Amino acid sequence: MKWFWYASPQTFYPLAGRIARWSALGAAVLAVCGLYIGFFVAPTDAQQGEAYRIIFIHVPAAWMSMFIYVVMAVWSALCLALNTRLSGMMAAALAPTGALFTFIALWTGSLWGKPTWGTYWVWDARLTSELILLFLYLGFIALRASIDDPRRADRAAAVLAIVGVVNVPIIYYSVQWWNTLHQGASVSLTRAPSMAATMLAGMLVMALAFWLYAIAVSMVRVRCIIRERGE
Amino acid sequence: MLAAARCVVYRDLLLALRRRGDVAVALLFFVIVASLFPLGIGAEPNLLRSIAPGVIWVAALLSSMLSLGRLFAADYDDGTLEQMLLGAAPLGVVAAAKAFAHWLVAGLPLVAIAPLIALQYDLGAGLWGILALSLLVGTPVLSLLGAVGAALTLGLRGGGVLLSLLVLPLYVPVLIMGAGAVEMAAAGLGGGGQLLVLGAMLVLAAAFAPWAIAAALRISLE
Repeated sequence: MKWFWYASPQTFYPLAGRIARWSALGAAVLAVCGLYIGFFVAPTDAQQGEAYRIIFIHVPAAWMSMFIYVVMAVWSALCLALNTRLSGMMAAALAPTGALFTFIALWTGSLWGKPTWGTYWVWDARLTSELILLFLYLGFIALRASIDDPRRADRAAAVLAIVGVVNVPIIYYSVQWWNTLHQGASVSLTRAPSMAATMLAGMLVMALAFWLYAIAVSMVRVRCIIRERGE
Repeated sequence: MLAAARCVVYRDLLLALRRRGDVAVALLFFVIVASLFPLGIGAEPNLLRSIAPGVIWVAALLSSMLSLGRLFAADYDDGTLEQMLLGAAPLGVVAAAKAFAHWLVAGLPLVAIAPLIALQYDLGAGLWGILALSLLVGTPVLSLLGAVGAALTLGLRGGGVLLSLLVLPLYVPVLIMGAGAVEMAAAGLGGGGQLLVLGAMLVLAAAFAPWAIAAALRISLE
């Protein structure tokens, strides 16, 4: 397998188009299946009623928000280590999708929190670290936007992404510690009772759909970036 | 190598001494921000006592960030930074030295003046020491992390605001542990754990941040 064959933007451009098309199709099909399972097949939760059904959007979005940041950091590391043009473009293409998923996770989380906890926002460890993750994404995007030279933007943003990914676990654990210091474990997502198999299935299908959506969108975006830079 | 680091620290301190106003302004900013909070939320002693660690730490964070913009800017403008990059001393060492000098100028005065602010907030006498200690261990981390942001935003338009967006989320763990140490001590539990975690962060930052600063400087000077 010639890995570096596709490292050139010219050769990657048509491949990205094909990947985008098939991923988009897969995402649409899986999203329909996942939402059907989530809304019609999965049973009503004994404790939370119908409100819990938002987790079919919320949990996959939260997973993706963290996963995309790691992927972004890997592309950034490749960008700095191998100095390939495409790596920086991929990191740039992933950032808005990651920020979007982070925002969706926060938003659906607060919508779920209102009927369940009685408030839109609690300074729960997960919520807080998700919020900080959103700031990290926005910082990444803002730094790229303010540098005119695309190569310098790629590399500078790459350094930031790597510094960020080292910090994410530290932020998570310190926020968790802070949280237990300030308030008792009044709210916790981990105490969820063992989940019905259909609920888990719906969530996994939705996660896969989000995954494919992220791939499709970032491929479309990377094609735009290639075009923009006239490669 | 150490001679080069000593030289950079000495030079930066000398420059700061010649421009004493800049140092004083950052310190004044710290005092003013800390004094604004009681005016905003009321001077009820119990309330002040409970918010003091957080407020003082946030003020320290902002004050330390305020002077980050100047960390590399002057050297960048007059070409000194390019000479440092070309020089024989490893850039990481120079970067670490500059971050250390920044801490001496922007961090250490905060440690010295914090007990005074603590007095305003009616923080118990036993807590001054732990507040100063947490700032002593925590502010170098701020300087090191901030230097990464300063190097990345070097010469960019809107650098100052951008810098705060990049750096403040990374400051969160330091804030939590620093303020947490004082709060734990105030609750009679001893803040040793938090101080040790702060120390661990300092060791981590001191080991890895110079690399990131050097990489960012190379990118900015390309």
